[in-house]
Parts: sequence; C-alpha cells; structure tokens
Amino acid sequence: MNEILIAVIPVVVIGIICGAVLVIASKIMAVKEDERFPAVRECLPGANCGACGFAGCDGYAKALCESPDTPTNLCVPGADAVSRQLSEVLGVEFADVIEQVAVVHCAGDCTRTEDKVSYEGIESCAAAKLLYGGKGSCTYGCLGFGDCAKACPKEAICIENGIAHINTRLCIGCGICTRTCPNKIISLVPDVERVVVTCSNKDKGIKTKSVCSNGCIGCKKCERVCPSSAIKVVDNCAVIDYSKCPDCEDFGVCAKNCTTGCIQIADLRGQHRFGE
Amino acid sequence: MTKLIIILLSAVFINNYVLSRFLGICPFLGVSKKLDSATGMSIAVIFVMLMATAVTYPIQIFLLNPNDLGYLQTIVFILVIAALVQLVEIILKRYIPSLHKSLGVYLPLITTNCAVLGVTILNIDEGYSFLEAMVNSLGSGLGFFLAMVIFSGVRSTIEGRDIPKSFQGLPITLVAAAITSLSFLGFGGIIENLFA
Repeated sequence: MNEILIAVIPVVVIGIICGAVLVIASKIMAVKEDERFPAVRECLPGANCGACGFAGCDGYAKALCESPDTPTNLCVPGADAVSRQLSEVLGVEFADVIEQVAVVHCAGDCTRTEDKVSYEGIESCAAAKLLYGGKGSCTYGCLGFGDCAKACPKEAICIENGIAHINTRLCIGCGICTRTCPNKIISLVPDVERVVVTCSNKDKGIKTKSVCSNGCIGCKKCERVCPSSAIKVVDNCAVIDYSKCPDCEDFGVCAKNCTTGCIQIADLRGQHRFGE
Repeated sequence: MTKLIIILLSAVFINNYVLSRFLGICPFLGVSKKLDSATGMSIAVIFVMLMATAVTYPIQIFLLNPNDLGYLQTIVFILVIAALVQLVEIILKRYIPSLHKSLGVYLPLITTNCAVLGVTILNIDEGYSFLEAMVNSLGSGLGFFLAMVIFSGVRSTIEGRDIPKSFQGLPITLVAAAITSLSFLGFGGIIENLFA
C-alpha cells in the first residue's frame, strides 16, 4: 500500500502543479480576441477559396473585424446571403455581391482543331505547355489536361473532347481555375451575361484560321454590328466589355453575325440565379 | 570538449532520430510535403527538445532517482512535456505572435511526439551530464531538421514524376524514406575516427 502511495503522490503532485501553472498562465497571458470575430467567421461559408483576396475565410473575417473599410460583398461563393448576414453582424449597409462564374475562352475541341504532336508526358497542362506550347496546333487555347479540373474545389469542370467545360450551375466563382490555367484562358464573368467569346488566339486571322475553325480571325464584324459598342478587337481577338453589355437593344446580334462562330450565346446563370 | 562534439555530430548523423532510430516518423511523413512547413516543424522540434531536456533532466536526478521511482519515468516525462508545450504555446501567443503563427500549428503535434520523449529518456539511459544531455538534444533536433529538409526535397522531386498508380501517395513515400535512411548508414564509424 505504501509503495503505491509513493508512486501515486509524486505523479498527482506534478500533475496538479502543471495544471495550476497552465491555468494561471492562460489567465495572465490571455490574448484578447475581437468578440465579433466568431460571429463574422460563422457567416462565411468556409470554402477557403481565396476569391475575396484574403488568405482564406479566417483572413477575411479578421480583416472585416479590424478595418471597417473592408467591403462586405467580397465573398462571391456566399453571394448576397452572406453579404446580408455580414452587414447585419457588423452593422453596416448591405452591399450587393456581383455573382460571377468562370468561362473558358476556347471552344477548339477535337472537332475543330487538330494536334500537331503526339504527347506522351506528364498529364498536366503546365508540363505540356513547356514543350512547344502544348500538343495542340493552337498554342493559345485549352491544353486539355485538366489542371483547372483538378484545382476546382466544387468539381464543376470536366474535360470533354479535349477541352475544359465549366458547369455554371456548380461554379461558385472563386477564380482558382483562372489562376491555375497556364494559358490564362479562363476568366470570371458576371452570371447575368449571355454572350461569350470562345477564343483567345492572338495570331493574325489567316494563321488562326489554319489551326482552328472556331478561332477569332479579328474581322471586326462584331465591332461594327454591336449597338452599344461593347466589343473591341484587341490583339486580333474580340473582347467584350461587359459593363456596356447588359442594356443591349439588339441582343445576340454579335453572335449571329460572327464569321467563325466564336462569339456564342451562352447560359451563364449560376447557382444563385438559376431559379429566376 | 571533444566528447561534446562527438555527441553532437553522432546525434545529427549516425544516430539520426528519424533515419537511424526511426523515431518521429509521423511528422517525418506528414509534414515533409513542402519545404517551408518542414522547416517550421523542425525548428519547433529543436526548440521543444531543448526545453524538454532542460525540464525532465532535473526531475529525473532530483525527484525520481533519490526516491527510487525510475519506473515512473515515462508517465512523468509525458505529463511534464505535454504541460511544457502547452505553456510555451501560451507564452508565444502572448509575446511573439509572429513566431506563434509560424510554429503554432506544429506545437500541439509535438506534444506527444516520440522523438521528443525518446531524446529525454535516452539522455538519462546514456548517463549524460546536464551539459552533455543538452548538446545531445540540440544534435537530435538538428538531425531531425536535416532529415526533414532532405526528405522534403526528395518528395518534391517525386511529385513531378509519373508514378505507377499502385505506388502513388504513401507507398512511394515510404520507399523513398527507406532509401534516404539507407544513405545515412554510410556515416557509421566516421565520427569516432575523426578524433582518433
């Protein structure tokens, strides 16, 4: 009995001392946290996608608590619902979120363009691009190995007929794929838009036409027919300025008149607007 | 002095905790994916090993040995090290937030790390003096650092390779770890002859 006590007592005493020291230390050296932080963090979806421009949801919540100037409408995946909650918690005015979806500016699938080489390397766009700009004859377009699909947190991207397709119903608009794509052909577009340019080729028209039947040849027909002059041909490729686009009086005229069909009418309604 | 250098070098190379004694394999495989996290983890381990030795050595000498309680060594050491790591975390959070931010994730992982416990117990078993024990802890920590940095390099090289499906992930990592530890066999017998 005595021997057991001799063993038990030191361990108990050490345990109590350690516990006491920890309790005292945590009381004395407690770090003050903003009491709004847990509430703010609770509003955010927790996808940690980085669409807001901060390091994950914790970073955004911290920035919201610390500086009142931080806009509450930066969370694209959370959309209006999150922005409304945030404005309630922080006591600021509600700011509308511009919901966005990702769009691939390439439609050069295997029916429209051809491979110039047979590639048997690492199955990754970044690796394939290092070798003569990829296996396709167009070096501006989709490389087709699905780096974006691997990076997508919502599995909204699939590779079909050699190019990436984005399911806008699943896309949360975080923009990770836009940063992943080595050719930078994916961009975020407000999900109210209905026309997209599906080509990124910056070569002269004759060269573009020789590699892909869908390519933008820079004929500027769309520039001329657009009633709100929202389309400009920059570097031999049409670019739509979406800020001028929404009030179009002759919707779809650009797509109807496109010589190669690279301007297309698309249904970009994302998950936030799908019910409308 | 020579003995201290021999202890230090043999702890880093010959008796490397990860690659020769196979202690601390969990963080070795878990945190070695990226160089910066491997470095952060290793620095935290060095820090905790030194602190743990400084605390557990007096407990063994002044409390356990005189009372003939050597058999309580393991449980007392675990208790003390766990409390110590928690205390260090609280202190860092209060006074050096930047260091806490970079080490904070790893500190709770180290609490029950077998490499830390192994260092403190082996220090006693080898019959080191306090100074020798501290030098041995430093060497063990540096050895851990070395193994982590080398292995994170190996892993980042493997990452870009086309690996057969059945070998992807953990299997190829374990094979690579085995080959890396084989290379450390070559250090056996070098240190003793350096000072002979």
